Amino acid sequence: MGKVSKSPWLLHYDGSSCNGCDIEVLACLTPVYDAERLGVMNTGDPMQADILVITGGINSQNQATVKQLYDQMADPKVVVAIGVCACTGGVFKECYNILGGVDTTIPVDVYVPGCAARPQAIIDGIIKGVEIYNERAAKLESKGGNQ
Amino acid sequence: MIKVILTICYILLAPLIGGLLDGLDRKISARMQRRVGPPLLQPFYDVSKLLRKKPTAVANSQNFLLISYMVLMILTGAFFFAGTDLLMCFFVMSTAATFLYFAGVVTSSPYASIGAQRELLAMMVYEPAVLFSCVGFYLATGSFNVSEIAMSNKSAIIYLPGFFVAFVFILTIKMRKSPFDLATSHHPNQEIVKGITTDIGTRNLAIFTITEWYENVFLMAVVGLFIANKNLISIIGAVIVILLVYFLEILIDNTSARVKWQTMLKTTWIVTILFAGVNLIILMIVK
Repeated sequence: MGKVSKSPWLLHYDGSSCNGCDIEVLACLTPVYDAERLGVMNTGDPMQADILVITGGINSQNQATVKQLYDQMADPKVVVAIGVCACTGGVFKECYNILGGVDTTIPVDVYVPGCAARPQAIIDGIIKGVEIYNERAAKLESKGGNQ
Repeated sequence: MIKVILTICYILLAPLIGGLLDGLDRKISARMQRRVGPPLLQPFYDVSKLLRKKPTAVANSQNFLLISYMVLMILTGAFFFAGTDLLMCFFVMSTAATFLYFAGVVTSSPYASIGAQRELLAMMVYEPAVLFSCVGFYLATGSFNVSEIAMSNKSAIIYLPGFFVAFVFILTIKMRKSPFDLATSHHPNQEIVKGITTDIGTRNLAIFTITEWYENVFLMAVVGLFIANKNLISIIGAVIVILLVYFLEILIDNTSARVKWQTMLKTTWIVTILFAGVNLIILMIVK
């Protein structure tokens, strides 16, 4: 399964984030950090993505969208929550419209805390997500789900 | 006999060469942007990952349409390397593009539909230059057959410099490079998501990618046809020109922004008429 880990394609969704974490996620793709050297690509299309990267908490308006994006992704898939808002709701937790972290809506595999999360932490989180992805891919293949 | 070997080599090796060219493209692009860039074999990792994912398709007909697209594109190159009619090759290629158009439309995604319409538009834009090139080859060598063009006494480019410029210009459209990557872009986050490939995922996207590799190798072979002649040493010249043209495409891709379709139509037709058209008139007067 070595080859799978070399090509994680991301789908980046901005929940109700303050944009701090989004800028850090995009910073991972800039020349300084260059996540593409690890095969990471930021696709805009859930059908082509392997890892759903979410920043910001879930509110009552974006809950359905997040659920739909997750459902549109093909198996195996992994969810990485970036930043403390995506992990728990963060400073917005008590707001009337915030439901909490991403795990209130879809199962989260990797939590990357921080406000804002640093690019190094984000790349680490994605690598951890890739390990989980590989396990799932192996499971899917042994089940014979992939013809 | 040599034609059969060439055809089999194309069918077997084109994805390999196409994938390597793609990897080279991504590596050089990254270096141009002062990044380290992905490994050379990254396109192969991507495709093998896509093939291992659980197959999904928004419409069942999508599978059939994309496989037809691939088969017709392989056929295009196979005809070329078998040394048959050049016009036939380009007609089969247009048919392949039509299947891609339908594969985009059946998804009913608005982004894919816009991308598909742009794909048709791009066909309208590059087709005159392609047909002009075929006519140019005929006037220069007296044959439409690839084998006879490749075995002519002098390189076709001596008679067809204008056609060559026009053909390299439309390569940017065919290879889906910026500024003419209107239908779908290799770079993520286009204004219409992934254009015609939106909603094409997993195995189908792998088929699409492999078909693009076949297509690129075929297009590069046509570039080589401008250089090739009876002398076998000309093949080395052809390879050098192909690599230079490929590098030029990468350079254009990295230094220009996407344009509107109106601009694409105007500039391409102006270049086609100016270079290929004038070349054609001179050729008809001289010959």
